[in-house]
Amino acid sequence: MLVAGIKSRPVYSGLNIDSHAKRHLFALEGEGALALIDRVKAAGSDFLKNADILYVASGSRAEDHDRKLAALGADTFWLAPTIPVLLNRLHVMLGQAHMGSQIYLAGTEGFIGQAQQVAMNHGVDPASIHAEHRGSAARRVQCVHCKGITDNVTTSPFTCSACGLSLLVRDHYSRRLGAFQGVCIDAEEPGTAPKPEELFP
Amino acid sequence: MTVNTEMKVRVAATAQVADKVKRFRFERVDGQPMPVFSGGAHVIVSMRDGKALRRNPYSLMSSPEDSAGYEISVLRVENSRGGSAFLHEKLKEGDELILSQPVNLFAHDHRARKHIMMAGGIGITPFIAMMDQMEREGAAFELHYAVRTRTHGAYWKELQQRYGKHRVKIYCDEEKLFIPVADVLANQPLGTHLYVCGPAGMINGVLGKARELGWPKQNLHSEEFLAPPPGKAFQVRLAKSNRTIDVAPHQSILEALEANGVDAPYLCRGGACGQCETGVVSCDGELEHNDHFLEPDDKASGRKIMICVSRITGNVVTLDL
Repeated sequence: MLVAGIKSRPVYSGLNIDSHAKRHLFALEGEGALALIDRVKAAGSDFLKNADILYVASGSRAEDHDRKLAALGADTFWLAPTIPVLLNRLHVMLGQAHMGSQIYLAGTEGFIGQAQQVAMNHGVDPASIHAEHRGSAARRVQCVHCKGITDNVTTSPFTCSACGLSLLVRDHYSRRLGAFQGVCIDAEEPGTAPKPEELFP
Repeated sequence: MTVNTEMKVRVAATAQVADKVKRFRFERVDGQPMPVFSGGAHVIVSMRDGKALRRNPYSLMSSPEDSAGYEISVLRVENSRGGSAFLHEKLKEGDELILSQPVNLFAHDHRARKHIMMAGGIGITPFIAMMDQMEREGAAFELHYAVRTRTHGAYWKELQQRYGKHRVKIYCDEEKLFIPVADVLANQPLGTHLYVCGPAGMINGVLGKARELGWPKQNLHSEEFLAPPPGKAFQVRLAKSNRTIDVAPHQSILEALEANGVDAPYLCRGGACGQCETGVVSCDGELEHNDHFLEPDDKASGRKIMICVSRITGNVVTLDL
């Protein structure tokens, strides 16, 4: 069960390299590595001499994407152990970045949303960020009741990791929170929630 | 279908501030306060000049917090259609005219980390109000202001005194000094926004340079009000109301409609806002698009026209009005 057809559902237009940019900053997660690798295959690697790549493998550790990324020959490549560590590095780099730098994000929606939050806190308009969804369709969802956030939600309804309510996942998306919204599905008669369906594998 | 609620005002003061530039202060006839506006806003000034009713947009340059009155500065344009000549030569203190409510198509982005403004000539006016607001908000900003000569440039001394020479830089054509756009745009912190107001050539040059340096279009802002250029006379046929109206060589389509009692939508009257976009049913010549609003493919389609500034080369255009 999913509430779809909501305008705030993000649309990702892909990693379109801006040839005018003086600096290219890539923050990639999991299968998001392939978004850059595919781009290099298609359009060459000239831009990489002015590129920084931050990568976190997440669930794709077994795929060795990090070695392929490191072999691309970007100006800098940095492998983060976890998403929060990568986001902190991104925050520090953006604090020193100048206009003329373009930001590229690829990976799961939860990762893109969080990285976009970091960039927005540096005054970056989200419309100027290049993003591509790769890997799992799992969502990052905020419970609209307790405001707790649950990462990697694959079903709807699901149980809020913070307050335990059964939440219906909506396509309603908050850029500020980098999360979809989950609403209690059995408020009138607690305990009558339908069975979870795996909608976001 | 005008969205403006008009305000009757009196000219409270006039001042010659530079060669060909005059400042006017307007206060409401009924003594009520003016609405507070935001820096970058403009008003439409309606002037009764003999038989002609002229309506021109002017940027507000007074402090947005000053609700006792509004101030505009007007450049006396060569070959004026009548607006700037009327304001410079006929309008006196105590005269009454009509102002629209303020409308802002050129507000600064509050998410920005820093604001860079580039002005050419009379394009300085919206930035005077903007800087007043930015200073109050504690925002980081700098102004780069190009003037033809020191005596043509309005307000540059006052602005340097108020904000300091480190934030207000003057470039004078006569002294062979030009805004070093690429140098200014190099090494600006992430989250900087750029605002340009001046002649079309300057706006296109500066914004083109910024794109070349990798600035995203979301961080680039510009405003230029166009005067409707004159052309040859033609006729407008209104498809819905089945009327035919003559457009004179020095009249815009919008002005011709208004002179004939047709209340067509408008907001900026300068080809910038998009409010007066009108469907074209047919045209026996080419559309002369003079606006900044329509995208190139819209202009090429021949199905849309901005009636505040655009004309046709043929004899008759049929509009969806």
